[in-house]
Amino acid sequence: MSVARKPIATGSDWNFSVLERFDEELARLADEYRLDTYPNQIEVITTEQMMDAYASVGMPVGYHHWSFGKQFLAVEQAYKRGQMGLAYELVINSNPCIAYLMEENTLMMQVLVIAHACYGHNSFFKGNYLFRAWTDADSIIDYLVFARKYIAQCEERHGVHAVEQLLDACHALQNYGVDRYKRPSPISAEEEVKRQEEREAYLQTQVNMLWRTIPDAPNGVAPLPGSLHSDADPLGLHSGGLYPSEPQENLLYFIEKNAPLLAPWQREIVRIVRKLAQYFYPQRQTQVMNEGWACFWHYTLMNRLYDEGNVDEGLMLEFLQSHAAVINQPGFDNPHYSGLNPYALGFAIFMDIKRICDAPTEEDREWFPDIAGSPWRDTVEFAMRNFKDESFIQQFLSPKVIRDLKLFLIVDDDQMETLEVAAIHNERGYRRVREALSTQYALSVREPNIQVVEAAIRGDRSLTLHHVQDSRRPLGRSVYPVIRHLQQLWGFPVHLVSMEDGRVTRRYQWPVEEESKDVS
Amino acid sequence: MTYFIDRRPNAKHKSAVNRQRFLERYRKHIKRSVEEAVNRRSITDMERGEKVSIPTKDISEPVFQHGPGGARHTVSPGNKEFLEGDQIRRPSGKGGGDGAGEGGASNQGEGDDEFAFTLSREEFLEFVFDGLELPHLQRKPLKSLEEIKMVRAGLARDGVPSRISITRSMREAYARRIAMRAPIKRALKEAQEALAAEERKDSVLRNPARIVELKTEIERLEKRIEGVPFIDTYDLRYHQLSAQPQPSSQAVMFCVMDVSGSMTQNHKDIAKRFFLLLYLFLEKHYEKVELVFVRHHTAAREVNEEEFFYSRETGGTIVSSALTLVNKIIEKRYPAGQWNLYIAQASDGDNWDDDSNICRDLLVKQLMPQLQYYAYVEITPHEHQSLWHEYETIAAQFPERFAMRQIVDAGDIYPVFRELFKRRLSQKQ
Repeated sequence: MSVARKPIATGSDWNFSVLERFDEELARLADEYRLDTYPNQIEVITTEQMMDAYASVGMPVGYHHWSFGKQFLAVEQAYKRGQMGLAYELVINSNPCIAYLMEENTLMMQVLVIAHACYGHNSFFKGNYLFRAWTDADSIIDYLVFARKYIAQCEERHGVHAVEQLLDACHALQNYGVDRYKRPSPISAEEEVKRQEEREAYLQTQVNMLWRTIPDAPNGVAPLPGSLHSDADPLGLHSGGLYPSEPQENLLYFIEKNAPLLAPWQREIVRIVRKLAQYFYPQRQTQVMNEGWACFWHYTLMNRLYDEGNVDEGLMLEFLQSHAAVINQPGFDNPHYSGLNPYALGFAIFMDIKRICDAPTEEDREWFPDIAGSPWRDTVEFAMRNFKDESFIQQFLSPKVIRDLKLFLIVDDDQMETLEVAAIHNERGYRRVREALSTQYALSVREPNIQVVEAAIRGDRSLTLHHVQDSRRPLGRSVYPVIRHLQQLWGFPVHLVSMEDGRVTRRYQWPVEEESKDVS
Repeated sequence: MTYFIDRRPNAKHKSAVNRQRFLERYRKHIKRSVEEAVNRRSITDMERGEKVSIPTKDISEPVFQHGPGGARHTVSPGNKEFLEGDQIRRPSGKGGGDGAGEGGASNQGEGDDEFAFTLSREEFLEFVFDGLELPHLQRKPLKSLEEIKMVRAGLARDGVPSRISITRSMREAYARRIAMRAPIKRALKEAQEALAAEERKDSVLRNPARIVELKTEIERLEKRIEGVPFIDTYDLRYHQLSAQPQPSSQAVMFCVMDVSGSMTQNHKDIAKRFFLLLYLFLEKHYEKVELVFVRHHTAAREVNEEEFFYSRETGGTIVSSALTLVNKIIEKRYPAGQWNLYIAQASDGDNWDDDSNICRDLLVKQLMPQLQYYAYVEITPHEHQSLWHEYETIAAQFPERFAMRQIVDAGDIYPVFRELFKRRLSQKQ
C-alpha cells in the first residue's frame, strides 16, 4: 500500500515554523503512544553556546569554577582540531524540559533531535523511578540560580580563592554525596533560601554540641553559647561509644553535618555540591536505559512520520544513516572501539523487548515467560519506569542480544599468567555474561566502596574511613590528593584503611608525616 | 506543549569567567609556556595566540578510583573466535588490563600526559606583558611625518590632456550641441512648413520666387546644423588634483643594543620585551613597520633578529659606534622625509669614558632632529655612569621626544612609553 506523501518540508534547511509543524506531528504521535512528558522548551543555540553548555555539564546556570573553564578549553580545542563533533543536542532534566538544538543541524537532524530528546529523554526523566526519587525537575533551575548567587556572595565575602579551595575539595568527593538507600526530600529553591539562615545557626549548634571542647577555629567560627549538658545527646550519636554509630557512605553529608571547623557558609557550599551531585546521581546509573529509551522512541517516531507521509525518502535515508552511526557498536578489536556503546546496548535491549512481546520464540518463552506475548507498549513502559542499568540488564538482556552483539566475558586476574575467556554467547554463557555485564554497570562496583567508620571525637579528632575492597582491586593513585582534600574539609588527620574479607590490605593517611608520630 | 526559543542572539562567552579562573589558577604553567614562546618567536610575530600544554597530573581533579591490579571481569562485544576457557596472553605490559573503569579521563588534549589548549591573542599578550601594567593597546594618534599626496578634487576647464575626463567632456559637448542646434532646427522646420504650404497651392497661385527663397533658406539652415561642432574646446573638462598633506604610513624602528660581555641573557630578555612593546605600539599605528637591528660592543654591526638576541660577544663598549651606524643607515635607506624614525636603545649603562659626549653630540646634532622618538632603557641595578648623565641633558633638551628609564626588572619597561602616549592623547583633546 502506498501512502500519498505530503512531506511537511523537504531539503535540509529548516525554520521555526517548519519545526513547529514537525513538533506538532511528533507530539500527536507521542500522545498516541501514551508517552508522558514534561512540557518542552526547545532552544536553538550556536556552536559556541553549545560548547558553553558542555562546559557547565549542561546546567543552564552554573556557579563559577575553574574546572568548568578547563572543560571548556578541552572541548574547544578538540572541536577546533576536528577531533570531536559536538553533540547535536543536549537535554536537561527540568520542568519544562529544556533541550538545546544546534543551529547548524540539518532539518532531519532537528526533527530527529526533537524526537530523541523532547519525547524520548523527556519521558524517561518524568517516568523513571530513580529520577522521580532523586530529582525534582520543578525546582532544579531555581536551585541552580540559588546556588550560583550564594556562591557568588561567598566569593565576595570570603574571597574567590577560599571558595575555590573549598569547591575543589567538595568536587573530589562529589561521587560520595548520596545515601543510596534513603530517599531524600526533594530540593526546592524557595524553601532553600528561606531555611538557609535558620539552618546555618542550627547546624552550628549541633556541631558545637559535639565538639564543644575544641578551641576557636582558625577561620573565625565563634562557638555558640549554649547549655552544655554532658549527658545530653540530642542527636543520639554517642550510643556505643563509637561515632558515627553506623558507617556512613555519604561522605559529603557527614562532612556537612559534622566537620568541626567549617564555618556556616562552608557547610552551605558543601551542601550545594552534595545536592547537585544528587541531581546527577540518577543519570550516572541510567545511561544505557536513558539513551536506549530515547533511541527506541526516535526510531519509532521517525518511522511513523515516514509511514504517514510527513517526510520524504531523502530525509528518511539521511535519518537512517545517522541512526545507524549512533547505534554502531564496533568490536573489541576494532581501532575505533572505546567500550560498549550505551546507545547501541540500550536500543538493542528495548527493541528486543518489543520483539519478545510481538513475536516470541521458544527461547523467549523459556527466558521471559512473563513478558513473551504481552502488549509491548506496557512492557517497555514498565521496564523504563522501574529499573536502573544494573537491574535492567539483569532483567532484560536476552540471549538474542548477547548473540547479536557477540558479547563475551574476560577475567583479568593479576595473579594469573593469562587472561581467561570465562563465557561467550552460548547456552552455557548467557547467564554469566548477563550477570557480569549487569555488575559492570553497578555503581558500587564501578566506584570504590568507601565509608566513614569513625570520627575520634574524644581523641585526636581524626577521621577514619574504610575502603571495602572487592576482588583485590586497589585504589588508584589519586587516593592521596583526595584524602588531602578530605583532610582539608575535616580539619584533622584522615585515615583510610583498605580491607578485604576483614583483613587490612593497605593504609593511607593524610597528613603523611603523621606516620612517624603514630609509630612512636 | 512546546515552546521554541531562539537563543542565538544571547550573549556568547558564557564560560568566559570560568576560562579566566582556569588561566588564573595555572598562571605559573602558562607563563612558562608564554615565556618560552616569546623567546622563540620573532618580535614581529607576537600577535597571535599560543598553544599551551600543562601536565595532566598538575591539573587533574582527583576522585576515588580503582587502580590497576586485582581481578577484573569485563564484558566486551565482537567476539569472533574465542571459546569458553580460552587463555589469552596479556596484550602488553603487566598488571591489570584496561577494564572499563579506567580510561575515562583521557579524552582531552592529545596524550594522557598533557592538557593542551590555545590561548587567544589577547590572552597571550596579557601574559607577555604580565606585570607591565599595560593600558589597552589601542590605535592612538601618534604624531607622524607628513607627506604630500595628490588627491582628485573635482573638475576644471583647464588641464593637461592626460587628465581629460572623457565622460564629462562628452556630456558637456552633447548638451552644447543640443542647445546650439535647437533654434536652427526650429527655423528649419518653419521654412519647410512654409515651403510645403506654398507647394500645395494651385500652380497658378504659386510664387516661384518665394519657393526659391525658401529652398535657399532651408539649404542654408541645414548647412548651419551640420556646422555645429561635435566637440569644442569649451566642452573639455579636466580632473583636478589638489595637494593634501598625508601622514606617512611607514615607520622604521631601530633596535640598538649593547652586547658586550656585561649584558647577560637575562638583560637581553628584558630588552626583548622592551623592543617588543615599542614594536606593538608602532604596529598599531603604521601600516608598515620595518625593523633594523644594530648591536654593538666597541664596533657596531647590523644583524638579523636571531643574532641580535642570541649570539654572545665580549669586549668593551663604544655606544657612539652604533649611533653612527644608525645615522648612516638612515641616510642611505630611510630618508627622514619618507619614514617615521624610532630608535630604541637598551644597554647596561657601560660606555667607554670619552665616548659619552660624542654620543650626546651625535644625538643632538644629527639624530634627534629627524626622529619621532628615542627611547632608552638602562638595565642595571647599579649606579649610573657617564652615558646616563649625558643622556639626561638630552632629555632636558627634547622632553617631548626623548625618554629614558632605569630598569631593574620587566615591570619598569612600560613607564618609558607612558610619556609617549600620554602626550599624544592630550594633544588630541
